[in-house]
Amino acid sequence: MARELLKGNEAIAEAAIRAGLQAYFGYPITPQTELLEWMAHRMPELGRAFVQAESELGAINMVYGAACTGARVMTSSSSPGISLMMEGLSYIAATEVPAVLVDVMRGGPGLGNIAPAQSDYNQMVHGGGHGDYHTIVLAPATIQEAIDLTVLAFDLAEKYRSIAVVLLDGSLGQMMEPAELPPMRPVRQTFPAWAATGAAGRERNVLTSIYLDPPKEEEANLRLLRRWQEIQANEVRFREYFMEDARFVVVGFGSAGRVALSAVRQARAEGIPVGLLRPISLSPFPTRQIAALCERAEAFLVVEMNAGQMLEDVRLAVNGKRPVEFYGRMGGVMPFPDEILGEIRRLAAGEASFEGHPRDRWLQRLTGSN
Amino acid sequence: MPVQGRVVISELYCKGCELCVGACPQEVLRLSTERITSKGYHPAELAGEGCTGCGICAVVCPEAAITVYRQVIRRSTAAVGA
Amino acid sequence: MVVEQIVPEEIVYQRPRSLVECATHYCPGCTHGVAHRIIAEVIDEMGLREHTIGVASVGCSVFAYNYFDFDWVQAPHGRAPAMATGVKRVLPDRMVITYQGDGDMASIGMTEVVHAAARGENITVFFINNANYGMTGGQMAPTTLPGQKTTSSPHGRDVELAGYPIRASELLATLEGAAYVVRRSLHDPKNIRLAKKAVRTALEVQRQGLGFSMVEMLSICPTNWGMSPNQALQWLAEKMIPYYPVGDYRVSPSVAQLKV
Repeated sequence: MARELLKGNEAIAEAAIRAGLQAYFGYPITPQTELLEWMAHRMPELGRAFVQAESELGAINMVYGAACTGARVMTSSSSPGISLMMEGLSYIAATEVPAVLVDVMRGGPGLGNIAPAQSDYNQMVHGGGHGDYHTIVLAPATIQEAIDLTVLAFDLAEKYRSIAVVLLDGSLGQMMEPAELPPMRPVRQTFPAWAATGAAGRERNVLTSIYLDPPKEEEANLRLLRRWQEIQANEVRFREYFMEDARFVVVGFGSAGRVALSAVRQARAEGIPVGLLRPISLSPFPTRQIAALCERAEAFLVVEMNAGQMLEDVRLAVNGKRPVEFYGRMGGVMPFPDEILGEIRRLAAGEASFEGHPRDRWLQRLTGSN
Repeated sequence: MPVQGRVVISELYCKGCELCVGACPQEVLRLSTERITSKGYHPAELAGEGCTGCGICAVVCPEAAITVYRQVIRRSTAAVGA
Repeated sequence: MVVEQIVPEEIVYQRPRSLVECATHYCPGCTHGVAHRIIAEVIDEMGLREHTIGVASVGCSVFAYNYFDFDWVQAPHGRAPAMATGVKRVLPDRMVITYQGDGDMASIGMTEVVHAAARGENITVFFINNANYGMTGGQMAPTTLPGQKTTSSPHGRDVELAGYPIRASELLATLEGAAYVVRRSLHDPKNIRLAKKAVRTALEVQRQGLGFSMVEMLSICPTNWGMSPNQALQWLAEKMIPYYPVGDYRVSPSVAQLKV
């Protein structure tokens, strides 16, 4: 396949189709809508299921139903719509059926705005819905990566009977970049043995999330937890840049990681030994890898388009061994490389601190007060 | 002579709700005062003669607890003097 | 001459194959059981057991999947029609039914059922109207009658404060996508037979791909109404049917031609 100029939302949609998507259910919301529109155009012409649902609540429960048949199924939305889907996500996780979700994040909380943000990190990585469950969360930084991770999301969702989320911000959904789409995979014609497809010639299958007997519910929780441990052991993904001799480490995901890379390049040009670690799997998080960096890194800088959500996971990994600093923009504002470069220079000048919380220090620099 | 029938009420299912008792056109059903099911209910039972096997009890039974049996009369025309 | 031969006996009624051999958790006399039974009978008669996928709801019927011997999925509260949509769109040749109470369908799930009907989603909804929330202990439902006492309308439903009950069949019947929307009652043998016939028609509508079908069944809740089951039947007939008349609210032209 040749590289072509593709828009993020449309590239993800087509990648999903080529990964053998059988059913799409969604609801329009900026900045994700092109994804739904692409599906509306493509799915029916391929003889596959497309429904524009009455709400995100409707969409996620259609996904839940289709997932119970073992079909490859997905939905997509943006932050406020994802909030509405949380009910369904908890049920899907509890029922142990595979589904893929794309969240094209926008500014929040509330209705917020339609500009790019990363403030759904906690919602996606640390739960969102009720109960103890984890989702696989993959964060692309380029259109090509968005395509590749979308395909991977389906494979992981099915392998672990789990929810796999592709988490990106509105700028990636909207931007165009040259990228290569995968070849079209055939749609699977068989259904897994656990699926609800009609009890023809077998015992009936019942897919449910209710275990009234507490020991049974605990058993179900343990099953989810063991599967999550397996995912943690096998599915951590990240990318390192300029890390061979780095004494300072910037950590950023998605678009923030991408902007940070520009800043790291500029800092390198100035002779600062700084590298970038860009987590690709936000969940499972590259905790071990970050912890190992404490052996040689003098200080860490976390860059996000939120008020420091992944920051807490980095702090847990660093575990007080090295100072961690934070720089973020919120509400749909993207950081410029220069702003991050300024933070890297501070690190190189030995200004990283153990005092208090990095978020407080950042706020003080940002506004001059706490 | 009216058709004769009988009903068998499963004590696994019967909860003694009395809907069959109230619906029986022949008034031949009642709750047993002697038996008690494993769930603690007095089950319905056939009391006396007169069941026609009409199946009304089974139609109203919320537990699908009733099996209905009925005599069958097959009518055929036989050639005279054969 | 006519010869009468009397065969000792024959089974004229027995428990349908599509019901699992276990006792239900429903209270004595609860007509959920009647609805279950007639649905199972029709599924047996139509030979659909191996091709049907049920979508259970939340409420007293949350465990419906324990009682029917075919594949089931369990929906969040009110979302059964959305979940059924997902199943049906992937498996259009299977029969997909939802089984929902009045709190589930007419309150928290009103959006999902209205839009499933509006889309003409080729699914069948069995809607049990017993004028209260049974599972949580008899609170006011969208179907609770004016003046009816429940645990959350202790002085009787005050329409000034709580509004009027929703007639779901009449409401859904206004939608073009709905092919067959009827209300039946489970309070006496004749009405139960009519309800069973409607269940059969609704499933035939789905089998032939004619669109959305729903059978509302007026049902008793003796425990929460504080009555004996036989008293509750009478209350249903006297109080519920005047507000919720039994009848056919939408029978699309294609359905009208069906021979069931």
